[in-house]
Amino acid sequence: MNIVVCVKQTPDTAATVTVEDGKIFWGDAPLVLNPWDEFAVEEALRLKEAHGGEVTAISLGPEDAKEALKQSLAMGCENAILVSDPSFAGLDSLQVSKILAAAIEKVGEVDLVFFGRSSVDTDTGITGSQVARRLGWPALSLVAVINTLDPTSKRLEVERMLDEGRQQVAASFPAVVSVVKEINEPRYPSFMGIRKASKAEIPIWSAAELTLDGDLKSAVTWPEVWAPPKVETECEFVEGETPEEIAAKLVDRLIEEKVV
Amino acid sequence: MDFRLTSEHEMVQKMVRDFADKEVAPIIKEADREQEMAPHILPRMGELGILGICIPEGYGGQGMDYVSLGLASEELEVIDTTLRVVISVHNGLASMTLFQWGTEDQKEKYLVPLARGEKIGCGAFSEPGAGSDVANILMTGKRDGDEYILNGEKMWISLATKADFAVLTARTNSDVSKPSEGLTSFIVELDRPGIARGDIHGKLGVRAGSTGWISFQDVRVPLANRIGGEGEGFKITMTAFDNGRYTVAAGATGLIRASLEASVAYAKERKSFGKPIAHHQLIQEKIARMARDYEIARLLYLKAGWMKNEGKRNTFETSIAKQFATDASFRAASEAIQVHGAYGFSDEYDVERFMRNARGAMIYEGSNEIQSLIQADYALGYRKDKAIRCELPPYDSQAWQS
Amino acid sequence: MTNKVLVYVDHFEGEALPASWEAIGAARTIAESLGVGVTAIIIGHDVQPLAKQAIEYGADDAVVADDPALSDFRPEPYADALSKAAAEADVLLLPTSGRTRELAAMTAVDLETGLSPDVIGVEVDDGLVFATRPIYAGKLLSKVVTKERKPQIFTVRSRAFPKPEADTSRSGEVASLEFEVADVPTEVLGYKDAEGGVSLTDAAVIVSGGRGVSNNPGLTPPDEITDEKEQEIWRAQQGFGLVDDLAGVLNAAMGASRAAVDAGYIPYANQVGQTGKVVSPDLYIAAGISGAIQHLAGMRTSKTIIAVNKDPEAPIFKLARFGVVGDLFEVVPALTAAFKERLGK
Repeated sequence: MNIVVCVKQTPDTAATVTVEDGKIFWGDAPLVLNPWDEFAVEEALRLKEAHGGEVTAISLGPEDAKEALKQSLAMGCENAILVSDPSFAGLDSLQVSKILAAAIEKVGEVDLVFFGRSSVDTDTGITGSQVARRLGWPALSLVAVINTLDPTSKRLEVERMLDEGRQQVAASFPAVVSVVKEINEPRYPSFMGIRKASKAEIPIWSAAELTLDGDLKSAVTWPEVWAPPKVETECEFVEGETPEEIAAKLVDRLIEEKVV
Repeated sequence: MDFRLTSEHEMVQKMVRDFADKEVAPIIKEADREQEMAPHILPRMGELGILGICIPEGYGGQGMDYVSLGLASEELEVIDTTLRVVISVHNGLASMTLFQWGTEDQKEKYLVPLARGEKIGCGAFSEPGAGSDVANILMTGKRDGDEYILNGEKMWISLATKADFAVLTARTNSDVSKPSEGLTSFIVELDRPGIARGDIHGKLGVRAGSTGWISFQDVRVPLANRIGGEGEGFKITMTAFDNGRYTVAAGATGLIRASLEASVAYAKERKSFGKPIAHHQLIQEKIARMARDYEIARLLYLKAGWMKNEGKRNTFETSIAKQFATDASFRAASEAIQVHGAYGFSDEYDVERFMRNARGAMIYEGSNEIQSLIQADYALGYRKDKAIRCELPPYDSQAWQS
Repeated sequence: MTNKVLVYVDHFEGEALPASWEAIGAARTIAESLGVGVTAIIIGHDVQPLAKQAIEYGADDAVVADDPALSDFRPEPYADALSKAAAEADVLLLPTSGRTRELAAMTAVDLETGLSPDVIGVEVDDGLVFATRPIYAGKLLSKVVTKERKPQIFTVRSRAFPKPEADTSRSGEVASLEFEVADVPTEVLGYKDAEGGVSLTDAAVIVSGGRGVSNNPGLTPPDEITDEKEQEIWRAQQGFGLVDDLAGVLNAAMGASRAAVDAGYIPYANQVGQTGKVVSPDLYIAAGISGAIQHLAGMRTSKTIIAVNKDPEAPIFKLARFGVVGDLFEVVPALTAAFKERLGK
């Protein structure tokens, strides 16, 4: 099977993020593989181990954004590709999905594309579905388990985590699958994987190497970023004649303040 | 001079840190209270390749360098000293001794399974009556045809009851001018007839580990189990200590870091006299010292690791690293308890366990007093490094990765 | 259908998700600023009643795409319909759910326009909607806008916008959307119940009990329990039973203070605090917890804290947003009942 995992490099979630001069800073915090993407890489590797084939990790980022790809290689992906170009900087998911779709087409003969459910920085969770739409492939998002997969009939059956419960869906591939953390326990990279990853020459695909239609202008822009103001809490005591009255008042206040 | 860690080294740190954090940290307090080693630790460390980290792939290992061994030791000890003790005895005393002195047959038979984590190794040198004075150990090995008969008792042996093999040293010849010349080293399967072993409980620290005694009563081992030649035992024991000692130094560095991190976190939360105690200068002094000692200890062990990679003898450097880091880690843990106030005195927090664990490292793997003597000998010129028949192989990334 | 604000009504098993009405409310405010109307779009099978409801909640009219092939949600055919319906709209709003995220994503690609999900606030300026959304797990906020493309698509976070009152006297036109359902190789096979049990560190809501939970004088242990310590533990277990009931109604995880764990009332796995688990839920309810510093260190970053304690001077009130000074054995069950009623469980 030929499997692709789209991975993103993000600041460590323990980082203190601040805004200075309208720009986001995370200080010394290391840049890591987006935590949700670890589950995607793990699932891709498990399928490869079960059915044979290769896993290619693709990441869109600046020229030095290789940590996420190295971690993916260290976990066991066979190949890694960095998609990078000055014209790709700061683009929104509409354009990112276009670029990723083009990269996947360039890889060629891909059976499955995996994504983590969202990235911990921008938190949109839409890129996977948009890539699927561009490729014209089924999109299976919020996948918590792949129950069956048959490379011969090219069918898979999954369970998706919706609020109402788990939706069981069958689809054909090629398909785009984005996964939730319930799906597996990501492996640690092996030492041999670590060595291989640190020695790897990661190819860079620029705009020239991809077939991109139309312009690369973001639809969504971010005119402002700021840290939410620290609210000094003054405790609001809820009183009443009976516990029932107090409870009713409190619940009302909570609903009013959009807490529940 | 490039002081940076390579991206390979950083990935090693992260991998070992993640393992210790996820799989050991949640259960360590309980294991410490129970004074028992959690059963999944040795198998998991074996599976992940940590037990063979700096042995060439050709001998079943992971082919990483000696700096990686140090980094792994540091990360393991941040969670608990007992994890690093495994590395010190299995990798440091047992595997690396075989790697340095073993014949090809011995490496095939013993080093490969140790490096793969299929078998567990330990080092059995100390006795009830001899620790620092290795030259005067009492255990005997009497030559009988093509076998040796071992008699004696070893004590304070980490992993005594868990190990499959022990690298040990015994007296094979009493008729020598210097007692150290009569010692010979062996690799012994611990299921041979005549071997009994047991655990020692009631230790002040490293309680979540396994420390014990091994007794030998007319235990017969074939000639093929002798490491090196008759009379080379003292030198072999000393090189074993150089390797184990290096991991102790790296591990104690991790312990300083653990005390520092715990103190910083607590000092920022706890308030007294209207502010977080991190704002009080006497607390700041303690934290500054821990931060300083961490940097120093780290530089010392990394240099020793680099020297091992280069194939340079590093007895002096390792001795300094071990003594400094272990003294500093005990001090850091003790001060961390002080920072935590009454809570530091309770096992609800980790710092009292750090201090109890730190105390042991000042005694074992060459007491810190012995370290001073070693350093003085070098500084005064009384000791010069002479070539030994088998040196620890330098790191060769090509050859070690098949 | 030009110059409209379109609202997608999210539904499951014939019922609209209440967040859809909140989206209509948000749509109304935007539409008023733009000087246009609000159209609801409903896609599915046998969904006509939802069109009427949408109008009652504030839509001016509705469009329905109804087809047996659409009875189970699948993003591809739903996006085909939505893209057709939204092609001429100014703004498209959807409530946020697992379904609508991917649906909106695909529509945005079809119409080559911008999508900003999980919006918590909107402002209209010169025909453009500036939306506020959280990033970096809510540590930061960002203002986003889609310029030069239509429709401007947003999904609104649950309970970020007020739910309008239904006005059953409202009426409006309900039109049918003509479109072909393409063959999609995806089949919905069925549904399984969501698995129970929320982990403490993942939970959005946590209800915790402290030492005070064992102190119910009104409870008499059964005769078989004669040992004083065991009686105390029995009382505590009853108390934690009340905490558990409240947690159940809120789909919350249950936590405890160190004092309660030390006293043996509840396992260490539930301990919240500096030496237990450090949590950061949206809502933290502390019952019978005084608020010792180690406990606070484990939950102080919770978005909203509610404390119930007999002692008005308990330190926890300094951190709490809402407080009730009272008997937890009465207040906690009353809260459980009140939540049950108001959240319709």
